[in-house]
Amino acid sequence: MSFSFDNLSSLHLDILKEIGTIGAGNAATSLSKMLDRRIDMNVPEVKIAEFKDVEDIMGGAETPVVGIYLEFSGDICGTVLLVLDVISAKHITALLLGNACSDGLKRDFSEIEISALEELGNILTAAYLGAISSFTGLTIKPSVPYFACDMLGAILSVPMIKFGQTSDKAMFIETDLINGTERFRSHFIVIPDMESFPLILKALGVV
Amino acid sequence: MDRIVKVGMADLKVIVGDGILITLGLGSCVGIALYDKTTKTAGLAHIMLPSSKLIKNNQNKAKFVDTAVEYLLELMMKMDAQRKCITAKIAGGAQMFSFKGNASEILNIGERNVQATIDVLRQHNIPIIAQDTGGNYGRTIELHAKNGILVVKTIGHGVKIL
Repeated sequence: MSFSFDNLSSLHLDILKEIGTIGAGNAATSLSKMLDRRIDMNVPEVKIAEFKDVEDIMGGAETPVVGIYLEFSGDICGTVLLVLDVISAKHITALLLGNACSDGLKRDFSEIEISALEELGNILTAAYLGAISSFTGLTIKPSVPYFACDMLGAILSVPMIKFGQTSDKAMFIETDLINGTERFRSHFIVIPDMESFPLILKALGVV
Repeated sequence: MDRIVKVGMADLKVIVGDGILITLGLGSCVGIALYDKTTKTAGLAHIMLPSSKLIKNNQNKAKFVDTAVEYLLELMMKMDAQRKCITAKIAGGAQMFSFKGNASEILNIGERNVQATIDVLRQHNIPIIAQDTGGNYGRTIELHAKNGILVVKTIGHGVKIL
């Protein structure tokens, strides 16, 4: 059976969600250790939507956002995109770097801030992929992260194009990083290649 | 107040006489703006991929350069556009993430989309009279039906009038 998001069953969705939840848990733990403070994450929401609607769900195509893009290979291949709004990204870099938050509305990020955000992408991706890997026994190697700060639509176009070769829909996972009373909304888009998807489901024993 | 018609990703629209066709946040995708000034017929497509030929799931004509241009021309002709008077302006095709070493071909898809757009428009004998492509930043474009002007807006890279 060829895989498409159009015929994803609710069972498959639940599995993705479960993996997402465990991945988020792993990520929160790694972040907490790194920052030496408690970071929580809420239960992620997994959504499947038409291309045309995704940007609106995430806040409008022209909204400036930070995107951290990675690819993974090994037994399964695919891409990961972490999207943060600019103000959340600024706050997170301040946390990571232990200094005061620089002007939250300013779009420019210093080299060290970019590096910190790329590291965040690394940690979250490793946590998520680690969850998939430990469930399935599949080997997954992430690439180095790539940073961009620009219009949401423009950044989304990169994984969307990857999706576009096989489907008109996209899957994305919405999670909040919680630091005390601060909440940072993050969108995490994980896209296994279409050939990899059945492999994951098979390794999980659901097909 | 001009009416504004939004063109989404992998989408295309045609309007006549007045109004603005707008597509937001073009990244590696390409915006293809076709215009016939004699009838003020404006068509805008937001394509994602260079060709429908290599891909099985290709029902959405607006997603690919080849099928989008064909379909856009067909719709414009239905609105009585003069085929010989149609000209093109294109924008987009950026490389959003800069990469070092071996990255997948998806990261330079912008460049391939632009090249495919140029090739397909040439096959249809449609002259490209203005172009703002490449770079590493996103663009919002507006095609004005009353005069064929294409406005390109960016974050931090200014506004261009094509």
